[in-house]
Amino acid sequence: MRPYSYVRAQDVAGAVATLAEAPNAAFLAGGTNLVDLMKLGIETPDILVDVRRLTSERIEDLEDGGLRIGAAVPNSVLAADRKVRTRYPALSQALLAGASGQLRNVATTGGNLLQRTRCVYFYDTTTPCNKREPGSGCSAIEGHNKNHAVLGTSEQCVATHPSDMAVALVALEAFVNVQGPDGERRIPIEELHRLPGDEPQRDTTLEHGELITSVDLPPLAFSSNSKYRKVRERASYAFALVSVAAALDVKDGVVRDVRIALGGVAHKPWRATNAEEALRDEPATRENFRAAADIELEDAQPLRDNAFKVPLVRNVITRTLLELSEER
Amino acid sequence: MSTTAPATGTAIGAPLDRIDGPQKVTGTAPYAYEHRSDNPLYLYPLHSDVARGRVARIDAGDAEALPGVIAIISHQNAPTLADARDRELSILQSDEISFRGQYIGAVIAETFEIARHAASLVGVFYDEEPHDAAFSPDRDDLYTPDRLNAGFPTDTEEGDVDEAFSSAAVTLDETYSTPLEHNNPMEPHTTVAVWEAGDLTLYESTQGAHTTRRTIARLFGLDRDRVRVVALHVGGGFGSKGLPHANTVLAVMAAQMVEGRPIKFALTRQQMFSCVGYRTPTVQRVRLGADESGRLTATSHEVVEQTAKIKEFAEQTAYATRTMYATETRRTTHRLAALDVSVPSWMRAPGEAPGMYALESAMDEMAIKCNLDPIEFRILNEPEDDAETGLPYSSRNLVACLREGAERFGWEGRDPTPRDRREGRWLVGTGVASGMYPVFRMPGSKARITCEENGSYVVEIGATDIGTGTWTALTQIAADALEVSVEDIDLRIGDTDLPSASVAGGSSGITAWGSTIFGAARAFRGRHGHNPAAGDTAEAGMPDNPDTENYAMHAFGAYFAEARVDEDTGEVRVPRMTGVFAVGNVINAKTARSQFIGGMTMGLGMALHEKSLVDPRFGHVVNHDFAEYHIPTNADVGEMDVAWVDEHDPHVNPIGSKGIGEIGICGSPAAIANAVYHATGIRVRDLPITPDKLLR
Amino acid sequence: MDAEIILKVDGTEYQFVADTRTTLLDALRERLGKTSPKKGCDHGQCGACTVLLDGKRANSCLALAAAYDGSEVVTAEGLAENGDLHPMQRAFVEHDGYQCGYCTPGQIVSAVGMLEEAEAGWPSHVTEDLNVEEIILDDGEIRERMSGNLCRCAAYANIVPAIREVSGR
Repeated sequence: MRPYSYVRAQDVAGAVATLAEAPNAAFLAGGTNLVDLMKLGIETPDILVDVRRLTSERIEDLEDGGLRIGAAVPNSVLAADRKVRTRYPALSQALLAGASGQLRNVATTGGNLLQRTRCVYFYDTTTPCNKREPGSGCSAIEGHNKNHAVLGTSEQCVATHPSDMAVALVALEAFVNVQGPDGERRIPIEELHRLPGDEPQRDTTLEHGELITSVDLPPLAFSSNSKYRKVRERASYAFALVSVAAALDVKDGVVRDVRIALGGVAHKPWRATNAEEALRDEPATRENFRAAADIELEDAQPLRDNAFKVPLVRNVITRTLLELSEER
Repeated sequence: MSTTAPATGTAIGAPLDRIDGPQKVTGTAPYAYEHRSDNPLYLYPLHSDVARGRVARIDAGDAEALPGVIAIISHQNAPTLADARDRELSILQSDEISFRGQYIGAVIAETFEIARHAASLVGVFYDEEPHDAAFSPDRDDLYTPDRLNAGFPTDTEEGDVDEAFSSAAVTLDETYSTPLEHNNPMEPHTTVAVWEAGDLTLYESTQGAHTTRRTIARLFGLDRDRVRVVALHVGGGFGSKGLPHANTVLAVMAAQMVEGRPIKFALTRQQMFSCVGYRTPTVQRVRLGADESGRLTATSHEVVEQTAKIKEFAEQTAYATRTMYATETRRTTHRLAALDVSVPSWMRAPGEAPGMYALESAMDEMAIKCNLDPIEFRILNEPEDDAETGLPYSSRNLVACLREGAERFGWEGRDPTPRDRREGRWLVGTGVASGMYPVFRMPGSKARITCEENGSYVVEIGATDIGTGTWTALTQIAADALEVSVEDIDLRIGDTDLPSASVAGGSSGITAWGSTIFGAARAFRGRHGHNPAAGDTAEAGMPDNPDTENYAMHAFGAYFAEARVDEDTGEVRVPRMTGVFAVGNVINAKTARSQFIGGMTMGLGMALHEKSLVDPRFGHVVNHDFAEYHIPTNADVGEMDVAWVDEHDPHVNPIGSKGIGEIGICGSPAAIANAVYHATGIRVRDLPITPDKLLR
Repeated sequence: MDAEIILKVDGTEYQFVADTRTTLLDALRERLGKTSPKKGCDHGQCGACTVLLDGKRANSCLALAAAYDGSEVVTAEGLAENGDLHPMQRAFVEHDGYQCGYCTPGQIVSAVGMLEEAEAGWPSHVTEDLNVEEIILDDGEIRERMSGNLCRCAAYANIVPAIREVSGR
C-alpha cells in the first residue's frame, strides 16, 4: 500500500472538488472493499477523501410513494428497516444474503454499488488482467472461471459483479443520485454498471469525482411480493454462484407484471427483460417460467468451468417465480 | 458411552474447563506475534513470480530509498547456511527458483506498512524456464518413492489380487479423487526472532518447539543451547506447523542481519498458500471383489499423488486399506508426480483422510452391489488380526462403534433406495462410513517434576498445545500419576527451556507426553516418596513399550451423516452428524468432544467445500484467501452428536489412550458423500461435492 | 503520511500519531498493545479481528485508524469488568466454545454485538418472516448470524450452545 494523505471533507461539494483536482484521489466511505483492494496494491489512491459522514444516513419516504436511501446508510441498517422489509423485501433479503454481520455494519449503500469483481486474477497483481491493466490479457478466459460470467462477456473480460444489493435494486428499477464536478445526475441503475466491452477497466459510468449521494426506489405496486434467492457453495459468507431478484404481480393465475434481475452471471446485475416480456400476460405456470428463463439464457456463452450456471439460473428463476406466485 | 479413570485417579476422564480458558476468552493468551518485543522490525517477504528459472536481477533501489527501510535480503547477501541439504529450507543460497511463490528475499523495515510497500517496489527480473505444475494421473513420468511419509512401505501385496478380482462374484472398479487442500489454521505461520550476541530466541507458532530448535540449530550451525524457542499459545496447525518451513528460516536470516532488534514476521493469509505445506491432490483407483455372500476376496487401492521436485513427500493415502477389512487378497500402491511446486506436508490425518474417503465410498458402492446394508457389509468383513503386520490388535472396537452409532443416529429401518425421500425442495439421504487412525509413538520426550514450597508440583515438558487441550489433559494426567489433585499441579509447556518433547502431530501427544509424565511421576515417587521436600526433583524419558512389537495399535470410528440436497440448485447441507469412536481412555470428556467435532467438521469441509485451485499456466494456487478457499462457516454445521465406547487397552500406553486429534476427519467425508448419493442417486467421486456436480 | 488519532479503547482514551495506512487492528495490536483482536486474514474474510466499533461489531482490519479518530472501541479484553469474565466469556469456557483460541476474542465480541442486533429486531438471512416483530434466536439464527467468524478448529457446535445460554433461551 503506497502512502497517501487522508482528509475529511467538510461537505459533498468539498469532497467532489478535491477529487476533481486530484486524478488519483478516491472517496472513502465504509472502506470494506477499498481498503481490501488497497492492501493488495490494486487500488492505489494518493489521497483518501473520507465521505463516510457526509451523505445522508436516512431512509425517507418520497412523495411519489417511493423511498430515498441515503448513500451513507449502512447495509445492515437498510436491511433491517421496517419500510424496506415490508415494501421491498427482495432488497432486504439481498442485503442479508451478502457478506457478514460485521461487514454489513460498515459497508454503505453507495459503497456496495461500487464494489469490484472478485475474479481471482483481478485480485492477483502477478497475473494478467485487462481490468487492472488494459491490454495485459484476461487470465480467466482460459483459466479457472467457475465464478465468471455467462452473459454479456467480451474477449477482454469475463468477470462478474459481486453485489447482491445491486441485483435487487436493478429489479426494482432504482435511480442513483450522484453529485459531481459537473453538477448533479440521476442515473437509472441499469445504466450505472457497464458491460466490459473494450474497456473492462471501467466498472461504472461514473466520472472521476462523482459521488453517490442517495438511491431512490420508485413505488411499485407489487414490490412487496418480491424476493431474493442466492445460491452459494457454503451456507453463508460466500459470494453467489448465481442469484435472482424477482417481483411478481399475478392475478387470476395470469402474470400482470414481473421483474427479474440476475446476479453472478454478468459484469453487471442482469435485467432479464426478455424473460419478463415472455411472461407478461401469460399464465403463471412452472412451464412458462422455465420457458421464459430459457429465452433469457439463449445467448449465454458458458466458459470451461461455468456451464452449470445456465441450468442453475433457469432452475432458480423458475423456483423463485413459483414461490412468489404461491405465496400471494 | 462412559469415561473411565485408572484405578488410582479421579482427574483423568473429568470434563474440566481448559486451564487456559480465561486467557483465551479475554484474548490475553500471548501468541507468537504478541510477546512484548522492544523496538521491533518488521519483515515482509519477496516471493518468486515464476515457477522455474533463476533470479537474474533485483532492483531494490526504490525500496531501499524509502525512509524506514533497514535492509533488503536476497540470495546476494543472505547468510550461508551451515547445513543446506534440505532444499525446502535452504532458501536464498542460490539464484535458483523451484516453484512459484518461493522466497527470494525479504524487506526489513521499521513498520509493517513500510515493509509491505517497499516489497512492492522491489523489481525482480527472471530468467524464466518452462515449468511443469500440472498434476495428472496419466503422466508417463510417475515414479515409485522408496518409502511413504511416516516410514510406511510404498507398496504392499498379499496374494494374487488380479486373479481373485477376475473370478469374484461381485466386482467394483472405480476411481476417486480428492483435491489439493490447505491447512489454513486461523493463526498464520509466525516467527518473532531475536538474535543477540550469538543467542537466538524465537517466538514461534509451531507444533513443536524442540523440533523447530533442532532444525534451526542444524541449518544455521548453532549450538542448540544457544537457541530458544517459545510456543506458549499456538493458533492451530493441523499439520502445517509440525515440520518447520522456510518462513522461519527467513526470519532467522533477517534477525542475524539486524542483530539486537526483534524481527516480526507473520504470513499474510495469501502467503499461507505459497510454501507452508498442503495436502497433495490424489487420484485413487479402488477395486473390490467379493463372493456371493459379500466377503471381500480382492482389494486393490492404487494411488497417484504429487510431490515437489526439490523434496519428496509421499502421503500414505492407501495405508488404512492395509488394515481396515478382511480380504483374501490385497494390493496397495503409491506413485508420485514430481512437479515444479512447493513441498506438500502434513495435513490432518495425512493419508487416512483422502484414502478413507476413497475406500469408504467404494465400500458403500460395493455394499449396494452386494445387496447388503453398508454397516452389515463392513461387519461381515471385520478382520481378526492386523493383516499388514500379522499381529493381533491391541484393541479394535469398530463394530461396537458402528452398532452404537447406528442406534444413536437412527439407522434402523433405513430404506437404501436412492433419491426416494423428499422434504419440500430438499432431497434427503443418510450415509455411514468407518475410519481408523494409528497410534503413533513419537519418541524422545522427557519430563521433569519438582516439588514446590507449598507442596504443589511443577511439571515441565516442552510439549505444545495447539488447541488440542494438552495443557489441561496433561495436568490431569500428572495429577493422577502423582496421586494429587489437579490444583496441586503447575504444568509448564511450550518452551525449549523445558525438557525435550516430541511434536504435536500424529495424534501422539497424550501417548508420548502422557506416558513420559507418567514415567517421571513414577521416578519421582520412587526417589522421593509421598512426602517430598521442597526442591525434590526427578526427570524421566518416555518409557519403552515392548507391546508395540506384539500388537497393532489403532483407533477406530464410525461416522454417520444426513445430507439434504436442494433439487433445484444442488446445494448440499448436512443438518446432523454422528461420530462414535473407540479411542481407549478419554482424558478430558469436554476437550475430547471438541477434538472430535473439529475433525468431523474439517471432514465436512473436505467433502463439500475445500479445493485449492492451481493454475498450471502460472504454477500457483489462485484462490489464495478465505473468500475463495472455503472452509465451513458456523451455518454449515448442524447437530454434532459425539460419543465414544468403553475401551480398555492395557497395551497402548500407561494411560490407556489412543490419540483423538485426527480420527474425527477420517470417515467424515465418505459418510457425507454416501449420504449425498443416497439423497440424490448421484455418486460423486471427486471432492468437493459442489452444487455444479449435482445439477440435473 | 501520518495522522493524529484519539481512540477510546476498553474505556481508556489514547492519543497517538500513526501512519494513515495503519488499520484499526494494527493500531490496537502494535501501537496500543491491545492484542485481543487477532489478525487472521487482514481482509475482512474471517472475523478474528472483530471489535465493537462505536457500538457495532465490525472488522477492525478493514477500518483505517485515521478514519475512526474520536471513536470508541471495545475488545474482548474490555468485556471483562473488574477482573470478572463477561457472561459470554464464562459461557464459552463452560461449553468449550474454543480450541486454539485464536478466533475466540473475535467470536465473543461478535456474539455480544450480535445479541444486541437480534434484540433490536434485525432479521437475518434465515429469518423466514421478514416482518416478524421479535426475533426468535434459535440455533439456525445463531449459526447464520455468527457466520462472519470463521473457526478452523471448528468449535462451532460448542459455540452455538454457549451463545444460546447467554441469550436466555
